[in-house]
Amino acid sequence: MASAHSLADSTALLDIRDLTMQFGGLRAVSDLSLSVPSYGLHGLIGPNGAGKTTVFNMISGLYVPSSGEIVFDDRMINGMAPQQISHLGVARTFQNIRLFKDLTVLDNVRIAYHQHAGYNLIEAITRLGRFRRQERLLTEQAQDFLAVFGLQDRQLELAKNLPYGEQRRLEIARALAVRPKLLLLDEPAAGMNPNETETLMQLIRFVHDEFNLTILLIEHQMRVVMGICEWITVMDFGQVIARGTPDDIQSNAAVIEAYLGKQFGKGLTPDVAAS
Amino acid sequence: MNNAITRTALRSLVWLIYAALGVGIVWGVVHLVQMNGPVYFAQSVIDGLKLGFVYALIALGYTMVYGIVRLINFAHGDVFMVGAFTSFFAITEYGWGFVPAILLAMIVCTLLNVVIERVAYKPLREAPRIAALITAIGVSFFLEYFTALKWVFSADYITYERPFEVIVWNIHGVLITNITVIIVGVTVALLLLLTFITNRTKMGKAMRATANDKAAARLMGINVDGITSLTFAMGAALAGAGGTLYAIAFPQIWTFMGVMPGLKAFIAAVLGGIGNILGAFVGSLLMGTIDVMVVSFVPNGSRLRDMFAFLILIIVFLVKPTGIFGETQIEKV
Amino acid sequence: MKKRAAIPSWVPTLLFAALVFIAVQYASDREIISRYWSQVIVFAAVTSISALGLNLIYGFNGQFSLGQVGFYAIGAYGSALITKDFSKNPWSGDPIGALCWIMAAQIGIVLVLLAFQLLHIGDLNKSLRKTLSRTLKTHEASMICTLVTLVASALILAAGYYATLGLHWVTYRLMSALFTALPANAAKNVNFLLAILNGGTIAALVAYLVGLPLLRLGSDYFGIATLGFAIMVYTALQNSDLVIPTMKGARGMVGIPLYTTWGWAFGALVVCIIVLRNLIRSSQGRAIISVREDEIAARAMGVDVTRQKAVAFTFGALFAGIAGALYAHLYGFLHPSSFNTIKGFDPLIIIVFGGLGSMTGTIMASVGFALLIEGLRVVLPQGFEDWRFVIYPILLLIVMLLRPSGLMGTKEWGWLRAPLPPERDIPVPQRALAAQQTHNHGEEA
Repeated sequence: MASAHSLADSTALLDIRDLTMQFGGLRAVSDLSLSVPSYGLHGLIGPNGAGKTTVFNMISGLYVPSSGEIVFDDRMINGMAPQQISHLGVARTFQNIRLFKDLTVLDNVRIAYHQHAGYNLIEAITRLGRFRRQERLLTEQAQDFLAVFGLQDRQLELAKNLPYGEQRRLEIARALAVRPKLLLLDEPAAGMNPNETETLMQLIRFVHDEFNLTILLIEHQMRVVMGICEWITVMDFGQVIARGTPDDIQSNAAVIEAYLGKQFGKGLTPDVAAS
Repeated sequence: MNNAITRTALRSLVWLIYAALGVGIVWGVVHLVQMNGPVYFAQSVIDGLKLGFVYALIALGYTMVYGIVRLINFAHGDVFMVGAFTSFFAITEYGWGFVPAILLAMIVCTLLNVVIERVAYKPLREAPRIAALITAIGVSFFLEYFTALKWVFSADYITYERPFEVIVWNIHGVLITNITVIIVGVTVALLLLLTFITNRTKMGKAMRATANDKAAARLMGINVDGITSLTFAMGAALAGAGGTLYAIAFPQIWTFMGVMPGLKAFIAAVLGGIGNILGAFVGSLLMGTIDVMVVSFVPNGSRLRDMFAFLILIIVFLVKPTGIFGETQIEKV
Repeated sequence: MKKRAAIPSWVPTLLFAALVFIAVQYASDREIISRYWSQVIVFAAVTSISALGLNLIYGFNGQFSLGQVGFYAIGAYGSALITKDFSKNPWSGDPIGALCWIMAAQIGIVLVLLAFQLLHIGDLNKSLRKTLSRTLKTHEASMICTLVTLVASALILAAGYYATLGLHWVTYRLMSALFTALPANAAKNVNFLLAILNGGTIAALVAYLVGLPLLRLGSDYFGIATLGFAIMVYTALQNSDLVIPTMKGARGMVGIPLYTTWGWAFGALVVCIIVLRNLIRSSQGRAIISVREDEIAARAMGVDVTRQKAVAFTFGALFAGIAGALYAHLYGFLHPSSFNTIKGFDPLIIIVFGGLGSMTGTIMASVGFALLIEGLRVVLPQGFEDWRFVIYPILLLIVMLLRPSGLMGTKEWGWLRAPLPPERDIPVPQRALAAQQTHNHGEEA
């Protein structure tokens, strides 16, 4: 899975400079700089409380950074509203699945298509104009999309009634329906058994190849991160402590120290540590 | 180059605005004081605080219950009304004195609220939150209309007879009655007791733990149901005392008397930051003072006082959406 | 896959609606039911409209509002002002005075709002702040920005005021021409229609203005703020005679023509149901519901949450205003106490009873509510009328304890149900997720 291109020679899709997030007295992220080149699978790892999800929340606009810059696709996006950022092409999933639980699988995806609906409020209320054609188009698109993920037979099921693995799959499908350039996955393998994790890794690879997009992934299971990511950034206490290929990271002393404490600083790989 | 000039110009403009604002505020206050004389102003402030102390007794019950079960207990104002009526009967029918009457009111309200909690709220602990709110509204209606029946309290205004003579002290023209002193005294005493219970006792610790995280509290072996009932009981005892004091201060009672003071006390609790005891107290004093000030100084104030109370609430919300002492919450993602 | 019915769902729904309309009309025409009971049925329809509005706000959009009664009151008084003038002196005096002023003021407010939008006052503020903060301290910059914004707003408002005066002149000419051209009976109906529409739009406009700042608040805080709004409206109505003498304040407004018939109420209800249903079953409606389901996920999926909340709140208030207008012309008498806090809980109780997020449930609960309140009056023996509101909360408690999520939950009936997507064979793409096979097998085992 090792990638041919290196960090230096690709243009950055996402460029984070000196990003800081302060919650009262707590500095969740401090002076973080991170650059994510186009078309790659990138991992963001670090011990609990390192500030990984906070970074995601800032990229997707749910939190407004205290200082610093986030440049996405050559545009400054910090301080923009989440929906604007989403329109520019950033989609995400959540650590603890956040589907629209009481809506059908189909509606979950159709909501993500909302911005491309192609008819206005008056047309919707009167059912005139573009409404019928666009609504049918929208539905068919969503159904085709579900078929890609093998969820077409579940389309009228309520999201909350799906098994866990399918809920994860639906959440990823929903995020992809926004047609993002950058997909943020927040701990997709949380709560999964080894079999499900294997399926998920296939899914992520599939999404990456099929939709030709950049993926930034937070994950705790080293097997997933080491297995599919081309580049890994390690965070601790709100700062980047290491970055490189999976091989580099596995032998990095600072990383092992962050995970296991000082006495393990030499000689152990995080792979062993995390298992 | 001319950057410095612009800066100086803009800066002086800013200070001009500040000066204008300052002068405006000072002028406003001076004008207010001078309008009807300083005595009138001081009298309004004192009357406002008196009302505020009564509001505080009601607001605490709201804030405690909300802190524990996240329920806006709309029936609380009616428990307050029952407190006023209980002391009325104790005093006029049985000739009891002030102290036993207020104690009886507190006990009756406590029992009433515990029963309400058991019957109307406890079975809905697991139901959607709105269900309990609807039953709270139902209980409120029930208390109001049931007590308004002819053979209960009747729907008429009843004159409340004070259990003691009113003594008036004249301090440089400002009138202070023994009613004010009693209200402040009782409220402060109860407040200190409440603070002691919540901060110093094991029971209080359990209450705070339950308010913070119910599931975790249960895991720590805290009897969450018991604590919830206890909270309702304590809130009701305060409301019972509040009802008695309110009736003594404004000696006319009827079965719908709890609605507006209840709402205003609740608003006061929200103003201070709901779930926060100090906040409820400060919010209540503020609410009482504003209430009386509007009546005293705004043309047609007595008719518009409710409007101002809520206008201020909305303004506070816009500036600080969680109230004065409320913690700003960060939504966990 | 769920099974599809042979007949489209709108057929039974239409038949049912027609049946209800004809049955009630026939029964009241032939005096099978007394005038009192036909009024109760009309009242049930009116209540449904207001409750449907609240269901859009709370049931579908998830914004806990206690302010519905405020919008109901605004619609009632606004429309009553219009028709009262018109019915009192159709040939002398100023029959369309209130109508024209209300219309002109609304257009004026909309123009002011548009001006704020088009001139980008918010952006101006932001960029000015950015420029100034280079040379000045933050508080100084924000002071100047506030000043500039205030001056700009004052200018726009002044322009809006004069525009309103001009608009009034135009509206007056138009309306005079319209009403002189119409025969008397038609003029009366057109006037009532305009009154209903204006009642709705005033309420909607107020809701938009109130909602913009308040909808940022969290769920309970929003509920309390809207409760505050409702009480402010109530207090304002009690003192309305200080500003507009015809509104009579706490004495109650009398002499409103009794225009509301079963036909008007039923027609308004049908239109409102169609609008609401079509809104909910569209992309816009799904976005509204997504806010209820999970606001944060909705934002991340590109839904403009603020806009969806504003749309739901404005439409909800529009319905309340229309309902209020019909209510005003049903009994011909308006009193602030009909719009107090206690009455304000009615729509909330109705929608929770019917089921949050169920239009069918709301309509059923509204009818049940009106019949229950009035029915108790008949059922209870002499001397026990006061027990009405003692028994009602007890019933409320019992129903709530038995069915905490309402009669219908989120279920719908007939045409109101979410339409099934058109039947088609979904093509499975060549490169569909390879993992899918193994995964599905795992579940079936």
